[in-house]
Amino acid sequence: MTTTIAKTGSVDAMELLTVHLRIKRYNPEVDTKPHWEEFEVQQKASDTVLNALHNIKWTVDGTLSFRRSCAHGVCGSDAMVINGENKLSCVNLISDVGTDLVIEPIRGLPVIKDLIVDMEPFFAQYRSVIPYLIAEDDPGYKERYQSQEDRARYDDTTKCILCACCTTSCPVYWANGEYVGPAAIVNAHRFIFDSRDQGTERRLDILNQKSGVWRCRTSFNCTEACPRGIKVTQAIEEVKRAILYDRV
Amino acid sequence: MASVIKSPQSRDVSPQRRASRQNFETWSWLFMRVSGIILFFLALVHFFIMHILHDVTTTTVAFVAARYQNPLWKIFDWLLLSLGLLHGTNGLRYIMDDYVRSPLKRVLVKSTVYGVSGILFFVGTLTIITFK
Ligand code: SF4
Ligand code: SF4
Ligand code: FES
Repeated sequence: MTTTIAKTGSVDAMELLTVHLRIKRYNPEVDTKPHWEEFEVQQKASDTVLNALHNIKWTVDGTLSFRRSCAHGVCGSDAMVINGENKLSCVNLISDVGTDLVIEPIRGLPVIKDLIVDMEPFFAQYRSVIPYLIAEDDPGYKERYQSQEDRARYDDTTKCILCACCTTSCPVYWANGEYVGPAAIVNAHRFIFDSRDQGTERRLDILNQKSGVWRCRTSFNCTEACPRGIKVTQAIEEVKRAILYDRV
Repeated sequence: MASVIKSPQSRDVSPQRRASRQNFETWSWLFMRVSGIILFFLALVHFFIMHILHDVTTTTVAFVAARYQNPLWKIFDWLLLSLGLLHGTNGLRYIMDDYVRSPLKRVLVKSTVYGVSGILFFVGTLTIITFK
């Protein structure tokens, strides 16, 4: 599955709508704590939430800060809480999310400014699971053969764009920042179940710690939040089973 | 060099086997799953006998004595007690690890919770064993 883009349905895609946005803002140079600010902009129904944010930044208040890069659901830099749910602002259309928007930074990571959070704890947790292929033997002048069935085992988890929608929707992660979080487990799964990889045991050992997979309470927030439609909780369960049976 | 591609997960590719693969956290998670299923049925039977078949107001010493004529009911009750306490305390252990973040508070909260469940287990077991 590719990143989900909602259909515009029956609404006239070109019709101009008044979009009302309530945005949680924080400027570390003047604010002691975050506060809400309200904006109103004119957008087409087929515009994305990111378009509305750009419109504010470019025409109303240039200090509004948020991350974005690709604007097409590929880079994973613009995760935010839109009307209570973790979403990428660039793939959610006004016609889908409505004209009354409440926007907050993703939870569980320290806010740097407005909608920008410090992603370093998240990336440190990602790095902690050794998220790259470990294959130390020399295959000689041959490919490292992998059958289609073996490739299919981890197909779902190759789709992660590290947007952090899952990890920052996890109630365990909100309370306990030591938990590696669903995104790190998804990316460990990507290599644990790769038949060419030889680092499986090291990764399973890492995820078998107190901060690893056992913190997950199977609440499925992460699966619902993933904009790539990755079956996150299922991937976590597969890792749990691999540790329990010591077999991938 | 003519090379034979071994299946990367075959034992001879990763020769250093770890001493222990599953650890306390693994078994504690498995225990929660298994005890959860057993407790579900134990609690169902308990509830049916004590609240539907009989009224709680009729649960007198004589009623319990009659029931404990059969030692299987003692085992049943003791299983319900010990699995319930272990399952509950272990669940609280996860919650305390997640939500009680300061080390001092954690020691206090944990020792209270473990202490109380230890006492409950002791008192309950004593009652079941010594009931005459
Ligand atoms: S399923 Fe696990 S990782 Fe996902 S949100 Fe729930 S507790 Fe967190
Ligand atoms: S698993 Fe999904 S929600 Fe989580 S970081 Fe990857 S793409 Fe984002
Ligand atoms: S801006 Fe790249 S995913 Fe939204």
